[in-house]
Amino acid sequence: MPNTSQTASSGFTLFPRLSGAAVAGILIAIFLMAFLILPVAQVIYVAFLEARTGSFTLQNFQDFFSTTLFRESFVNSFYVSLMSVVVATVIALPLAYITTRFNFGGAAVIQALGVIPLIMPPFVGAVAMSLLFGRNGSINLLLNQYLGFRIPFMEGLNGVILVQSIHYFPFILINLSASLRNIDRSMEEAAQNLGSYGMRMFRRIVFPLAMPGYLAGAALVFIKVFDDLGTPLLLNVNNMLAPQAYLRITGVGINDPMGYVISFILVAFSVFSLWVSFLFMRGKDYATVQKGGGGLSRRDLKPREKWLAWGVILLILAMVLSPHIGLLLLAFGTIWSFSPLPDGFTVQHFGTIFTQSSQYVWNTLVYAGSAAVVDVVLGTAIAYIVIRTGLPGRKWLDYMATAALAVPGVVLGIGYLRMFHGIQLPFGLGQMSSFWGIIIVALAVRRLPYALRACMAALQQVALSLEEAAESLGASRSSTIRRIVVPLMTGGILAGFVTSFATAAVELSATIMLVGRSSDAPLAYGIYLYMQSPAGRGPGAALGILAVVIVAVGTYLSQRIIERERARQTMTGDQH
Amino acid sequence: MTQTKAGIRIEDLHLSFGDTKVLEGIDMVIEPGEFFAFLGPSGSGKSTLLRAIAGFGPTPRGRILIGDRDIANLPPWKRNVGMVFQSYALWPHMSVRRNVAFGLEERRLPAREIGPKVERALEIVGLLHLADRMPAQLSGGQQQRVALARTIAIEPQVLLLDEPLSNLDAALRVQMRRELLALQRKLGLTTIFVTHDQEEANTTSDRMAVLDKGVIQQIGTPQHLYDQPANAFVAGFLGTANILKGALQGAEFVTAGGQHLPVAAMVKGANCIVLRPQNIHISMSDGTIAGRVAHREFLGSQIRYLVDTADGKIIVDTLHSSGRPPYDEGAPVSLAIDSQNAPLLVA
Repeated sequence: MPNTSQTASSGFTLFPRLSGAAVAGILIAIFLMAFLILPVAQVIYVAFLEARTGSFTLQNFQDFFSTTLFRESFVNSFYVSLMSVVVATVIALPLAYITTRFNFGGAAVIQALGVIPLIMPPFVGAVAMSLLFGRNGSINLLLNQYLGFRIPFMEGLNGVILVQSIHYFPFILINLSASLRNIDRSMEEAAQNLGSYGMRMFRRIVFPLAMPGYLAGAALVFIKVFDDLGTPLLLNVNNMLAPQAYLRITGVGINDPMGYVISFILVAFSVFSLWVSFLFMRGKDYATVQKGGGGLSRRDLKPREKWLAWGVILLILAMVLSPHIGLLLLAFGTIWSFSPLPDGFTVQHFGTIFTQSSQYVWNTLVYAGSAAVVDVVLGTAIAYIVIRTGLPGRKWLDYMATAALAVPGVVLGIGYLRMFHGIQLPFGLGQMSSFWGIIIVALAVRRLPYALRACMAALQQVALSLEEAAESLGASRSSTIRRIVVPLMTGGILAGFVTSFATAAVELSATIMLVGRSSDAPLAYGIYLYMQSPAGRGPGAALGILAVVIVAVGTYLSQRIIERERARQTMTGDQH
Repeated sequence: MTQTKAGIRIEDLHLSFGDTKVLEGIDMVIEPGEFFAFLGPSGSGKSTLLRAIAGFGPTPRGRILIGDRDIANLPPWKRNVGMVFQSYALWPHMSVRRNVAFGLEERRLPAREIGPKVERALEIVGLLHLADRMPAQLSGGQQQRVALARTIAIEPQVLLLDEPLSNLDAALRVQMRRELLALQRKLGLTTIFVTHDQEEANTTSDRMAVLDKGVIQQIGTPQHLYDQPANAFVAGFLGTANILKGALQGAEFVTAGGQHLPVAAMVKGANCIVLRPQNIHISMSDGTIAGRVAHREFLGSQIRYLVDTADGKIIVDTLHSSGRPPYDEGAPVSLAIDSQNAPLLVA
């Protein structure tokens, strides 16, 4: 990497006059400063301010920890995140073990299990889950009727834990399977050769080697749950940190210091978890010592083991599909209350949302689409500047853009409210903090890290010699970028666009803070509004189905694009 | 470190991956304390054979005896054969000391016995001072030694080395090869060494087996295999060889190109003759085979000629000495062969 950038930088100087890349770099830096760094810095700064006098103080933190509700929220958030990691591990571990250790016919099912949960935002399935698993949900009604007891799946914090772990276990599954697969087979054979086998060998050799991947996945799950606002809000669990921040800012007001203290805690935990995850992936880079790769040796399952494996997988499949099934029942059901299934079925809810709520869909398409365009433009520019130019400080563009990963949506939303609430926009657009355009900016900033990774990967695939060939044939730098680099990056850029779009379309935590009025609201906010009342659940679920379809199609498309690109790369690979 | 010397006997061993036959009818006897090499090109089955002895890969058909014990149906962890992997397979999450202690711990030795045995094994490979390092902090050569120490610590009956030098750079490879041999002599361990490099096999092994396409082509001392190759594959794999086709006529071998060559030792039904480049004498007119220099390479100590003859191109090496002008390309030359160094083959 340093080599390529240095070769590119020869004959490319920042001075005496600013090059196009330098101008672009400065503009991007200003954008990121204004819409990411400063708002978050301000939130943290305010957390340490005495509200009336404006002097530095730790009083706010003292207030926070001396309030029972906040202490409880803190403990609850921590507990829910930890338990979600535990439950997600219980789900992911057998799946990862079965796929990597055995020749198993159902490997495709397990692969699907790693994707299905991710296409439904957790808050969308939350209400459906309480209708299936709640105190008076289908399962407990049946249990009570036939066996005379209920299981409190969804009582209070349990509900959040269940919904979150079903949604986020793929992060652990994917990371853990990958690190199990990366273990060189000779690691295991050497242990057997020295007299070790079975569970003992698994404990002493296989598990420690897979540990970094597992911890990276677990840290990710922890922080996603810790930061999430939508799921607890929809399950009406308010004694957690993110909902408290939201309720304080929207209820008590923009000047209430508690919202900022909570934001500070959320950011601190995010940064810490990402740092831990980074540390485990980097510090223990076992891959450098292992040369072969190729994964552990697999064996065939005995008939009884095969039944057991299928049993486990089908149970998990049922759990994973339950939010989807519940959502379908809600969307197509007439009335569903105190009964295992809805009383009847109808398509009326879809009619309702198309006549009453089509603005949500249009707003979503506009917001997510624009945000995705901003992301790929910024992503391509940053990737080019970082990889191909010698601009001083270029790495910082990458760091700044990636820092958005550590900023919870609630915090970004509060930051925007704080920074932009006094600013009046011209042309009658109103206050900047409630202008719909700011939602696009928030979405773009939040999804930029994903688009940036896609663009970086795409640019790394473009051999430097292809650019040099164009330049030696007389093309200027800008026409080389336009005619050679960008066309060759198309696949990666497209994949970045689709990922940004699909995930921005269902983001709730930042947008919920920034939606000024209902007519400006996107899909996710619409679902939230509908789900507030029992009568709105049907149309809300119908909107939820739309959201799932958008994410599913997006995921499928980006997967297809990435695969096609890979095929193309291997086809042309021998030419450079 | 006392070793019970045990020989290895392999009887009629067959092995396949699915429908692909990888080893066919392997029979061999390796004497106790012998340094034995499996030599062959990639895909010849040499590594598969080694792994079969250690108990890895598909279950073979046939018998593998170590001493008097048939181990063919034992799991790897009950065989007591030590294997050093091509990639070393040091566990990156354990220190050098923990790596070496692993096999002893698995044998449930009391801790007070493990410590001294680990130190002794590390001392043998000269790495006692690095005992508390992690594998990632070691160079390739040091990792190799740790892998060796880890294996000899369990005092195996047999030591298996899978291409042990292939991950080292050229200079280190020669040094390591000598150390391996010295270590093997000191411990007296029956050792099998897998390599595709004939020089490695020649310089280290007491005897070797040349494998190709899953079949043993020949077993013997390096010198015997070089001088008396059993077939064209062995002749070609061990050094450079010109193999001329033809037939015996009385006491002479007549090549397809019509050259009459004297023969020292008769081989019944022979239809090939092996001429090593250094055993052919090139001159203006003193030989029996007429030809023309097609190409010339200067190799430093030697000059290699490619000579066009009635039997095709023949490679001839001559020692280079300053002042003697080489033959130019296109020059007519005559080749003389030494019948003592021209073995016959049945191909």
